[in-house]
Amino acid sequence: MEKFEAIVVGAGPAGSAAAYALAKAGIRTLLVERGKVPGQKAMFGGRIYAYPLHKLLPGFEKDCPIERYVTRENMSFLAEDTALNLQFDAPKLSSGAAASFTAYRGKFDAWLAKKAEDAGAMLITGIRVDALHREGGRVVGVRTGTDVVKADVVVAADGALAQLARGAGLRGDPEPKEFSVGVKETVELPPKVLDERFNLEETEGAAYVFAGYASNWLRGGGFLYTNKTTLSMGLVVSSEDLAVTRTEIGTLMDRFRRHKAIARLTKGGKVLEWSAHLVPELGLRMMPRPYADGLLVAGDAAGFLLNTGYTFRGVDLAIASGMAAAEAIRGAHAAGRYDASALAAYETLLREYQVTTDLETFRGAPFYMKNPRLFSVYPKLLNEIAERVYTIDGTGQRRLADIALEEVRAGKVSAVKMLLDLIGGAKAM
Amino acid sequence: MAAKGPRSIVCIKQVPKAQELQVDPVTNTLKRVGVPSEINPPDRNALEMALQVKDRAGGEVLVVTMGPPVFTSSLEEALAMGCDRAFLLTDRILGGSDTVPTAHALSETIHKIGGYDLIFCGEETTDASTGHVGPGIAGHIDCAQITYCSELEYLGDRVRGKRTVEDGYEWWECPRPCVVTVNFLSNRPRPPSLTGKIRVKRGGLITTWSCADVGIDPGKVGIRNSPTIVAKVDTVQLPDRKAKVFRGEPREAVARLIEAMVADGVLPG
Repeated sequence: MEKFEAIVVGAGPAGSAAAYALAKAGIRTLLVERGKVPGQKAMFGGRIYAYPLHKLLPGFEKDCPIERYVTRENMSFLAEDTALNLQFDAPKLSSGAAASFTAYRGKFDAWLAKKAEDAGAMLITGIRVDALHREGGRVVGVRTGTDVVKADVVVAADGALAQLARGAGLRGDPEPKEFSVGVKETVELPPKVLDERFNLEETEGAAYVFAGYASNWLRGGGFLYTNKTTLSMGLVVSSEDLAVTRTEIGTLMDRFRRHKAIARLTKGGKVLEWSAHLVPELGLRMMPRPYADGLLVAGDAAGFLLNTGYTFRGVDLAIASGMAAAEAIRGAHAAGRYDASALAAYETLLREYQVTTDLETFRGAPFYMKNPRLFSVYPKLLNEIAERVYTIDGTGQRRLADIALEEVRAGKVSAVKMLLDLIGGAKAM
Repeated sequence: MAAKGPRSIVCIKQVPKAQELQVDPVTNTLKRVGVPSEINPPDRNALEMALQVKDRAGGEVLVVTMGPPVFTSSLEEALAMGCDRAFLLTDRILGGSDTVPTAHALSETIHKIGGYDLIFCGEETTDASTGHVGPGIAGHIDCAQITYCSELEYLGDRVRGKRTVEDGYEWWECPRPCVVTVNFLSNRPRPPSLTGKIRVKRGGLITTWSCADVGIDPGKVGIRNSPTIVAKVDTVQLPDRKAKVFRGEPREAVARLIEAMVADGVLPG
């Protein structure tokens, strides 16, 4: 029977980062991916915050498949036929420790997995691990059908549905409230059109977030990222809200695509592909303890995703958690034990790598974000105020404060609730 | 050899993926370069049958293919399914061989491997559909053959096989060694396993031979020594379909559509 020191399940950012760090430390590692190639089964918005790559792979920029460095952040409140935007242009954010870039997971994941393979991890593709293999209650390997491969420790980086972690009893059955559904279209624009339309230099990129009408007032929003020759645009919407309102996300996508603000950005574009993904939404509440005897859980499988409404982080947290997992395993390897107490350092390392610390800072965010008024009342209200402020038609120009107060009174929410929401937002965010 | 379970040799071919078949407009033959390929589907059933014999009676399964180096990917898949070792017979002089030199070359290769009890082939290939090579090997090796076999029992010194014929089945028994060609879809080929893929990754399981290594006479292979050539591949041209589009206000367009379908006799009046 084949045996390794470590088996990493899933060659996404978390798994490949873990396998790379493990292999570099001389630990005999097997990296198993269910897709025919790493990245085939992956997608995201998306944008990658590069800080963990600077640590894991210094000089990664030389051959990493980077699309555009993000120099513009845009937050847009959409109403049915108007849009109120907040735009932040900061070219300096495109370099240094804070740099982030847009990418295609099909290319990025393949690149990172190859780094792990070059470092000495054995990469096997086209095999889906069904379950953990246990002996005496401890995880000692993985099982595919009747085939078992053993290891001292398994890293479950198997994605948002977290089947291995659930099988180990670390999480319960999946429920709609744990997830949002993300859908995306990759739209190709003719050469030069993208640069001109978005007013960007060749390597510069923009990240857009849309609230309100985008998700038909359901919890969630739209996004748009610029790649070299395409736009990645789509929606992330609460699964619970979709279920309760019996909404098909494809229908929401049609409406979003046709909103004037979006349509003029994608005009003349050709849709190259559609893709979708589950997004874990509950942060630290997803899994109180991300390890057990012979097992560590990393990436989406551990719920390491941070959605603050104006920033979205998944890939960087996944990579950082993979690095933390590798370091925890090295410690256990040195001690010659892989039970839960030997792996407990994982929790400390997750704080050192700022994974769980950031998730704790925004611990209130998932619940604050569940406030439906954020996605329905306030975007509408802001647009109505803006519309009145900018309507000069000879019937008498009013002061901003008077307009705002009138609209709030005319709206469906009390001033007290609004004040509480503002304070709650300040605390949670 | 006999005490430990039979040695099976499975002959496979790598073919263009059925859904992606393309005809080269210049040569008028099947495009093979740059088109996705797969193990000839009936050969997977042959591999599965051999592996089932090994599951029950022990022994080993060797896989052999004759073709260009890209055929290695099919050998790797067969190894990952559970075959023990693989042999690639590859040589420029084999190019253009039809089923006569192919059967000869494979037989010489099988003879060089030696110690065989069972030889399996798929009933035919999806890209040529002749079904010649299995019986051709049986002829060269001078042993019995059961063709179009859907079930096989290994009984030590002989085998019993269920053979598909036009109006039903026949049961045949014959001594080993023998050749068995396997019905397409007669079993569910097992997928490659993780353990199998790891073994393949470690390497050392594939032996590559040229005609000289095996001792094959160049005067017996290649396009010059093939009694037949593929002169042309004709594709069926479907006639254009007559189409009529009914546009306008939905209710009114549907009414006209129904009128037209009644006039054509598609709907009762």
